Amino acid sequence: MHEWALAESVVLTVLKAAEKEKLIKLTRIKIKVGFLQQIEKDIFLYALKDNFVIKNPSLGKVDIEIEEEPAEFECRVCGERWHFSESKNRLKEDNIEAIHFIPEMAHIYVRCPYCSSPDFEIIKGRGVSIDYIEGE
Amino acid sequence: MDVRLSVIEKRFAQIKKVIAVGGGKGGVGKSMISVGLSLVLSKQKYKVGLFDLDFCGPSAHVILGVSNKLYPKEDRGIIPPSKEGIKFMSITYYSRKHPLPLREIDMSSAFIELLAITRWGRLDFLVIDMPPGTKDVILDTIRFIKDVHFLIVTVSSLVALETVKRTVRLLSELKVPVMGIIENMGEKGIFCSREYINKFNYPFLGVIKFDKYLEQAVGDIDKFMETSFIQDLKTIVESNKMFRLR
Repeated sequence: MHEWALAESVVLTVLKAAEKEKLIKLTRIKIKVGFLQQIEKDIFLYALKDNFVIKNPSLGKVDIEIEEEPAEFECRVCGERWHFSESKNRLKEDNIEAIHFIPEMAHIYVRCPYCSSPDFEIIKGRGVSIDYIEGE
Repeated sequence: MDVRLSVIEKRFAQIKKVIAVGGGKGGVGKSMISVGLSLVLSKQKYKVGLFDLDFCGPSAHVILGVSNKLYPKEDRGIIPPSKEGIKFMSITYYSRKHPLPLREIDMSSAFIELLAITRWGRLDFLVIDMPPGTKDVILDTIRFIKDVHFLIVTVSSLVALETVKRTVRLLSELKVPVMGIIENMGEKGIFCSREYINKFNYPFLGVIKFDKYLEQAVGDIDKFMETSFIQDLKTIVESNKMFRLR
């Protein structure tokens, strides 16, 4: 699953950050997942825990919080702002799958609801990011 | 922080040599040479991957004759499907026949996504078909793919060579290895780029003669392998040790 690749990148980033901050024990991480990428939250969480355990069994106990961030677009032509959820029900299954793998594919399948332009900016909710890491 | 950057190095860890086929100018035959080079190396029993990075004008799939049925498999990321023994990755699996109206910043992000999720596995060579220009994707390739080697393609025209000159100057400044320069679509009796290229202090690898039958072989690999284009490319590959790993 694609969620596994993203989970692997989160875990490597967390471990690098922990090393940089000289954290011996990680207690809590918060991850933001953009709605545009349509990530299966349960699979992603399972993959995160599995990846942490592979790196170090004690990391399996890290408290992981996942927050879903709504995906929002802004049209570069007319300035209209709208959410991906408003466009999603007009998309076919394979369009959504393409966006799941590469969120920028939204520029093919989504149009500004006001002026129909494909020239819009994904202002939030694109992909996966780490909000914070806690440890000691 | 962009979490995707952490995993890219790992995705390339089992690839012995990455060759980016570029040159700056459009229409000089980078895609033909990328596909041809992948096939020639594959016939020499190397494990080869081909990555079409020309998001706005992808064409490697057309030359390779990739059907709509070919699609990456999901397994802890995405596994590029094989065509003619080559692991082939292209944005066209997702964009299909649609135009892709991406600005540079979005193109860069899509590229990083593909680098982070594509699991190439063990490869001897990964050939990258680069887009024209020296835009973000070129800079990202240099930034994210360690030890990438550039193979420059030109035609015998001062117009193309002017761009080549700028491209190699940039690569030189960034300390990126350049394997050499190939002149494509060469014809007898007209200006030859060899002397001009020799001034750049990079090896001139050879000329691929203009092949008027090449177009008829696009999409048909058996025919493609019989073309004089492939024979010329094969000569260049066989006579330069930088295309050998054993």
